[in-house]
Amino acid sequence: MDIPYTVTARPDTGLFNGKLGIWLFLASEVMLFGALFSSYVLLRVGAETWPRGETILNVWMAFLNTVVLISSSVTMVLAWAALKTNQFQKSRWLLISTFLLATVFLVVKYFEYTEKFSHGLLPSTNTFLAIYFTLTGLHGLHVVGGMIVMAYLFGPGAKMFRIAPERFTNRVEITGLYWHFVDLVWIFLFPVLYLL
Amino acid sequence: MEHATAVHPPVAHHVEHAPELGFWWKYVFSTDHKVIGIQYAITGLLFLLFGFTLMAIMRWQLAYPGQPVPVIGAWLGAGNASGGVILPEFYNQLGAMHGTIMVFMGVVPLAVGGFGNFVMPLQIGAPDMAFPRINMASYWAYFVGGVVMLASFFVPGGAANSGWTSYVPLAVTATTGQTWWLLGMVFLITSSLLGSLNFIVTIFQLRAPGLTFMRLPIFVWMQLVTAYLLLLAFPPLEAAAILQLMDRVAGTSFFLPSGLVVSGQVVQISGGGNPLLWQHLFWFLAHPEVYVLILPGMGIVAEVLANNIRKPLWGYKPIVYSVVFLGFMSFVVWAHHMFLTGMGTTMSAFFQTTTMIISIPSVIILTSLFLSLWGASIRFTTPMLFALAFLPMFGIGGLTGLPLGLAPTDIHLHDTYYVIGHFHYVVAPGTLFALFAGIYYWFPKATGRYMNDLLGKIHFWGSFVAINIVFFPMFIQGLAGMNRRLYDGGIQYAHAQETAKLHVPMGYATFALWFFQLFFIVNFFWSIKKGRQAPQNAWDATTLEWSAPSPPPHGNFPEPPVVYRDPYEYSVPGHPADFTPQFQSDKKA
Amino acid sequence: MPIVASEHGPQLDFYNALVHLLMFALFIGWGAYFVYALYRFSAKRNPRANYHGTKGKLGKQSEIAVAIVEVLFLVGFAFPAWAVRVNAFPAESEATVVRVIGEQFAWNIHYPGPDGRFGRTDIKLVDASNPLGLDRRDAAAKDDITTINQLNLPIDRPVIVHLSSKDVIHSFGLPYFRVKQDANPGMTIPVWFQPTMLTPEGESWEIACSQLCGLGHYRMRGFVTIQTREQFEAWLKEQAAAQ
Ligand code: HEA
Ligand code: HEA
Ligand code: CUA
Ligand SMILES: [Cu+2]
Repeated sequence: MDIPYTVTARPDTGLFNGKLGIWLFLASEVMLFGALFSSYVLLRVGAETWPRGETILNVWMAFLNTVVLISSSVTMVLAWAALKTNQFQKSRWLLISTFLLATVFLVVKYFEYTEKFSHGLLPSTNTFLAIYFTLTGLHGLHVVGGMIVMAYLFGPGAKMFRIAPERFTNRVEITGLYWHFVDLVWIFLFPVLYLL
Repeated sequence: MEHATAVHPPVAHHVEHAPELGFWWKYVFSTDHKVIGIQYAITGLLFLLFGFTLMAIMRWQLAYPGQPVPVIGAWLGAGNASGGVILPEFYNQLGAMHGTIMVFMGVVPLAVGGFGNFVMPLQIGAPDMAFPRINMASYWAYFVGGVVMLASFFVPGGAANSGWTSYVPLAVTATTGQTWWLLGMVFLITSSLLGSLNFIVTIFQLRAPGLTFMRLPIFVWMQLVTAYLLLLAFPPLEAAAILQLMDRVAGTSFFLPSGLVVSGQVVQISGGGNPLLWQHLFWFLAHPEVYVLILPGMGIVAEVLANNIRKPLWGYKPIVYSVVFLGFMSFVVWAHHMFLTGMGTTMSAFFQTTTMIISIPSVIILTSLFLSLWGASIRFTTPMLFALAFLPMFGIGGLTGLPLGLAPTDIHLHDTYYVIGHFHYVVAPGTLFALFAGIYYWFPKATGRYMNDLLGKIHFWGSFVAINIVFFPMFIQGLAGMNRRLYDGGIQYAHAQETAKLHVPMGYATFALWFFQLFFIVNFFWSIKKGRQAPQNAWDATTLEWSAPSPPPHGNFPEPPVVYRDPYEYSVPGHPADFTPQFQSDKKA
Repeated sequence: MPIVASEHGPQLDFYNALVHLLMFALFIGWGAYFVYALYRFSAKRNPRANYHGTKGKLGKQSEIAVAIVEVLFLVGFAFPAWAVRVNAFPAESEATVVRVIGEQFAWNIHYPGPDGRFGRTDIKLVDASNPLGLDRRDAAAKDDITTINQLNLPIDRPVIVHLSSKDVIHSFGLPYFRVKQDANPGMTIPVWFQPTMLTPEGESWEIACSQLCGLGHYRMRGFVTIQTREQFEAWLKEQAAAQ
């Protein structure tokens, strides 16, 4: 028993299974973050006062994180491109760089959070902080999820490259699509929370 | 069942083809869509029975408020029922959990997880789902969600008690059970997401050669649209659940406005939240969700009907276009549940209009099914009886949606038993009957044996009569203004006096309904081992699942099937047999 | 249907009946067809099915008819009737104005008194004897009247109710008046209607909380009494004295 189109694209849809799967998954993620953004808008419109993000949050740290995350997206694409041209070792380096950049992101986030907590700024303090912690926390969980997958692809999952290189390349591509989405969410979060 | 794979499949084999799997891997942690489907179906059925039992206890309290529940009253625990008499807080738990269990842990897992998983890949000629391991993960996420929900009955304060709708601020201030409810929902939502994306990919990618979209059985179409609804409507509820969890656990006030005073105490919160936000997010899911409850049922009815009228369904294309349209529209009607939250004219006009528009595709589908009967040669088999009963029952449920969908008439009917009657007609004698039809119909495929016909007919007639006695009086009560979710069934209210008497016969009918399910349960387990042997094509049907052995082996088809024609080619003029299967090539015919 | 005691009630009931008539007609029509088809086309009577089925236009025509009737209902009744309920408020000077505030599990009623102005309220002042937190030192509050679960109203004069809630969502349902409106915390929503019938002596009409609001939801019952203008004034005086 073999499931067709795990590696090659089905001619009439032009996609292999995993790629369609990840696009659908991302569609549902769009709905998830879309709902949260809509909630943000509704709460903000209904609020009597709403602080400007920069008065509470550290814009520079967030800016640094934006740069970090965008670079990680670039290394991710390069990792996939390297596999496409059969440069396995190079792609491993790029994958681990992506992973490390993600770690940097989380470390910066950790400092941001602890700084807030030490000033007694908690989710329960006001609705702005509530939505800030919820959105960035959920985004952070997505980063962690992506890192787990990368670790798998770097570690035990890498063996697949020898048996089924194309399939492995597909997996890296799919992970990349997910990673760009996580990046994209941050690119929305940054101005919405820190600048507006 | 391993012996059936004597013929060598033409495709090269993978390492995955381990010949003998141990019991655990074969029946518990299986990745075979049929085993997962059956796991889903059995778990779903058990939850249905459990949810029904909760309701039977409630119906006793409604019929005889303040009198101890017979037999099981003593087991309910003093915190829930002192001296066997249900307490109001327990009644509310039962109601909330009945709704949650029936919708999220009973019908959807059975209709989508069970039937969708088992039947859909067979009907499209696929060897399995596109992602077998994700499929397994989806079942186990559902299982964990179910366990969390059940466990919540035993935490201090009991299970969630703010209705299946969990309206805030009530739910935020409710007992611990609500936190468990939210966690359980997160698991159930995850399960649906994994399941639905798997379904869509499978339908797009794994169709057999020749099986174009316009040759798909209606059931597959219904599953496809359902999967889209699950995929796109559930995430907003997940977002809402996260926000409510934050409100309960982290002390935020997403849903709590400033200046709340609960039991004379000013609540210490930052405030600034919006209680209506929850309702919008909830109904944005929950309206598509009600179509998730009905579409698989409609699909089953279409299959069973086509098979038993021995002619093609009338209006295949209109039906397909209607469901697709209905799928789109179901995202823009949600606020018809919220007319009385203080809605202005523009909003209400919009949502009334979309609600009326969305009733049209249902009308088209039902009309097509009705017209299919013309010129038929109807076989009254047990599955057919359930499928036929679905039509007028869904009709009553659907039609009573109209006065609810017009805001001015909804004023009097909102939150009364009229609403309860409306949706139970669609989900109980509607969807549940369709699901029963499906079980009787595909049982021979899953087990190689028919279910007993006599027991089946007793089950049908008993349930049909009883269920109408339970639900029809609800319209009378609702029109009289009796509210829902009343612990004592409204006997305090002068305006509800007359119709409160109806609770007694409704109660007895509920117990009778419960009793008639025993015929089904006995039949179900007895037939697995002892039922009459069924041939591979048990009902002389035309769709692809009947070309696989019963039960189908791992990998389903000894030879990959090829499709030559439309799904319901029954009684084709000039053909000797009254059915021409999709998998029958023209040369052989 | 229960007694109808408001001015707009009969109209809503009439349309409700019309909608039910449409539903009934469809049900009977299709039901009759259905039963006939089951009889006429059973395998016994019709052993061989007809591949082509019906050629008639009945299906399409009935679908179009349903659609047209729905449009008529929307435009002819639902939109205007809703607009009257939520927009066409009478002037406050022409109406009896009250505030109704739900709490677990009672209805607090607040009349402005002869000056026609509601006194200031503050949640810090809430206690058992002052459930609304009415600030009695406020000039406008001096003559205010508050009651619990008892709403008296004069007949044949529009009533404007400003609805709100202290804790969770309740719903202000008056079955005999065809009025129902959720009472949300943090919001004040106005509703209006005009009573047209006196509450008979010895009877009490009800306010039925229609939204699940906790374990006491089932007993969150209030009373509405419609009186003549004179009776109502007298009642107000009596209440004012008791405050
Ligand atoms: C499977 C579930 C399901 C389905 C299919 C529907 C279908 C519809 N529903 Fe229902 N609804 C619910 C489940 C469902 N609903 C639930 C669970 C609730 C309550 C939730 C809660 O508050 O707890 C609810 C509540 C609800 C409300 C809110 C009421 C209130 O709270 O005040 C409204 C209002 O517009 C509504 C409208 C409709 C409409 C217009 C349809 C239409 O789609 C119906 C279209 C169908 C037809 C018009 C029938 C056509 C048939 C014929 C023409 C043939 C007739 C022939 C014969 C009878 C022989 N529904
Ligand atoms: C899919 C949804 C669904 C289904 C199927 C049902 C089914 C039933 N419901 Fe449910 N109900 C809801 C969803 C559903 N309900 C919701 C959402 C609410 C609102 C909750 C709230 O207020 O928040 C509600 C509320 C509700 C109320 C109102 C309570 C109140 O307002 O106080 C009542 C009252 O009678 C009721 C009764 C029933 C009855 C008698 C059935 C019967 O039809 C049940 C029939 C069941 C079966 C026939 C079981 C079949 C299973 C088997 C036979 C098992 C076999 C097992 C094996 C073989 C292993 N329900
Ligand atoms: Cu207040 Cu229900
Ligand atoms: Cu709806």
